[in-house]
Amino acid sequence: MRSLRVTLTALVIACLIALPLAALLAVRRFRWRRATIAMLNALMGLPPVVVGLIVYIFLSRSGPFGALGLLFTPTAMIIAQVIIIVPLIASIAHQSLRELWAEYHDLLISLNVTQMQKVRTLLWDARRALLTAALAGFGRGIGEVGAIMIVGGNIDNATRVLTTAIALETGKGEFALALALGFVLIALALGVNLLIHWVGQTERDSRW
Amino acid sequence: MVSDLFPLMLKGAETSRRGKRLVGPIDLSLDGQGLCVVMGPNGSGKTTLLRLMHGTARLTGGEVTWACDTATARHHQAFVFQQPVVLRRTVEENLTYPLQLRGVARKAARASAQKWAAKVGLGPHLQRRAMVLSGGEQQKLAIARALITDPALVFLDEPTASLDGRAMREIEAILLQAKADGTRLILSTHDMGQARRIADQVVFMLGGKVHETGTAPAFFEAPQTPEARAFLQGDIVE
Repeated sequence: MRSLRVTLTALVIACLIALPLAALLAVRRFRWRRATIAMLNALMGLPPVVVGLIVYIFLSRSGPFGALGLLFTPTAMIIAQVIIIVPLIASIAHQSLRELWAEYHDLLISLNVTQMQKVRTLLWDARRALLTAALAGFGRGIGEVGAIMIVGGNIDNATRVLTTAIALETGKGEFALALALGFVLIALALGVNLLIHWVGQTERDSRW
Repeated sequence: MVSDLFPLMLKGAETSRRGKRLVGPIDLSLDGQGLCVVMGPNGSGKTTLLRLMHGTARLTGGEVTWACDTATARHHQAFVFQQPVVLRRTVEENLTYPLQLRGVARKAARASAQKWAAKVGLGPHLQRRAMVLSGGEQQKLAIARALITDPALVFLDEPTASLDGRAMREIEAILLQAKADGTRLILSTHDMGQARRIADQVVFMLGGKVHETGTAPAFFEAPQTPEARAFLQGDIVE
């Protein structure tokens, strides 16, 4: 369950950052907009191990945030996962929000809406597409092992999650246990996906 | 309320993009009465003129002034586009949207939405998704959404250009009713028949400039310029 808690927490935080960011990138024209979009797209392919390493360096005793004592805690794992999935969610969300904005642009400009109202309208009306973006983020987070292994340390009863446990058991040659854990992980990922899908479906005749 | 905005004056108003003048310079004065039709061939600048007056096209020269300040004038206007823009929401939510932006209470907004949906013949579709409506229904929805805030002035950019006869007739009836209720309408069209049916005043545009203006009977019976005459006869004017 720690797996789920870490990833879901990371997902919520990542969505809170990524979705408004994606909406702003869609509706505002500012100087570094294109560069930001290009960077987000590039960061989608960020190797988790490198993220883990960087977060490790920042959180380690001699690093800038060492005093917080966060290294080898679930919090550190959440931070790493947030960094990994924000670009993914923001990029996917930006794609659909940009299309919606092209559709709504004239109307919203004519209605003289504020920047905040634009963002809220877009986020609300694109919520189904945003759900998909969030699911992609969840998928990347729940299956992630490299970064959280480094910053979490895979400590039993503290920072061990399904993926790191699988890695460990495989290393020990305990294939049966590793495989069993693997099935649990798959079931978990599928379960959350189905649940969210079902929540999305309950809004009836919302096909476009 | 209508008289608070007008007269609308354009003095040497123009808009250019990358050094090329798209429309203007335009000198025009409009009072607050009736339905004004902006006519002209494709590319003559009808849409841009409407946007200039509404304030959504950039004014690169001259001025557009109202009897009140621009922000107040803008607050009392609405714009209907050639391709209806509907929100990915239900018909009712589309109608309540502009009211919500203005802070109208939910209950009052819903009551108003019901009233307007009935007025434009969308009463039975209140809870349907706006995207599944037909083109004509979507445009009626867009017009109702424009009228729901009780604007003094509504711009309509070729609202019936892509619709068939029946939808066109229904929309014209809605517009004439709105006019009777005291809303000032400025509508662009290249449909001569429509202009003859509903216009009180005509602004004839050609090549990005206002070529001729006048009351509808005067314009249709005795156009002053050879280009307007040719256009009315159905010749191709560029």
